[in-house]
Amino acid sequence: MSARRPVEPVQVIKQRRDAVLRAMVDGVPYIQFLGIQFERRGDELTAVLPYKEELIGNPLLPALHGGATAAFLEVTAIMTLNWRIIWEDMESGALDGADTDPEMLPRLPKTIDFTVDYLRSGLPRDAYARARINRSGRRYASVHVEGWQDNRARLYAQATGHFLMPTRDK
Amino acid sequence: MADKNTAAHRFIDALPHARALGMHVETMRDGEVSLSMPYADHLVGDPRTGVVHGGAVSALMDTCCGAAVMTHPKNTGSTATIDLRIEYLRAATPGQTIIAKASCYHVTRSVAFVRATAMDADEDNPVAMATGTFTVEGKA
Repeated sequence: MSARRPVEPVQVIKQRRDAVLRAMVDGVPYIQFLGIQFERRGDELTAVLPYKEELIGNPLLPALHGGATAAFLEVTAIMTLNWRIIWEDMESGALDGADTDPEMLPRLPKTIDFTVDYLRSGLPRDAYARARINRSGRRYASVHVEGWQDNRARLYAQATGHFLMPTRDK
Repeated sequence: MADKNTAAHRFIDALPHARALGMHVETMRDGEVSLSMPYADHLVGDPRTGVVHGGAVSALMDTCCGAAVMTHPKNTGSTATIDLRIEYLRAATPGQTIIAKASCYHVTRSVAFVRATAMDADEDNPVAMATGTFTVEGKA
């Protein structure tokens, strides 16, 4: 641990966390394309997929495309894992939110495999997801993601994935 | 089964999410389907490398597998994904079209089993592999 720093005002801490989160998310074109947003409470992230017609798979039902759901859960898993990797540097101030250049962020974890369990058809409404990191070692991580729509307890999809952690040699 | 293949072709072309990702039906016949997805900037998952996001590959695989189920002679109705597992073997080369090939190799009264492979220009080294199970709808 480095030398203890003076206690920062809560606003400074929040601004830095939100700025780093924004830099992490805004840098990925596919996240922007799907329209996924992240909400933060402390270190907890909730991904939000606002409904739009482009996400529809079966127009007859209509239902969200299974691929859009898979992508949404995978994005949630990767970003939650990345957030955990970044957290320590961010809290120590080594990673500053004010002028966070995406180039300064560590490389993203790489998906090894991803399994989606489709529990219900996705309704043409907003969807939410949260990921739980069940294990995160130096090389590999195992992450579980839950996706829901109107009711938190009624999941419409869940997924488990394994990820290769980025090498820390910056 | 020509009518059914044509109907499925039209159905895939009309899926809003498949259109948004630029997917195109290459071949489609009796449980064997090939779809292509040209490289596009908005599909990028890692801006530093320009590699397409795994989620876009998942969407291509899911569509291709679903189409394989729909065109299988033993399936009379629509279908929905029960489970889909994707293994990412390597990063797709930036700038290259990704092609998925799916085969619906077994169908029971209620479940269809599918395998798929995704490739870029280097066809000997697949980008991803998928295995999935899908619902069989229609006659009970």
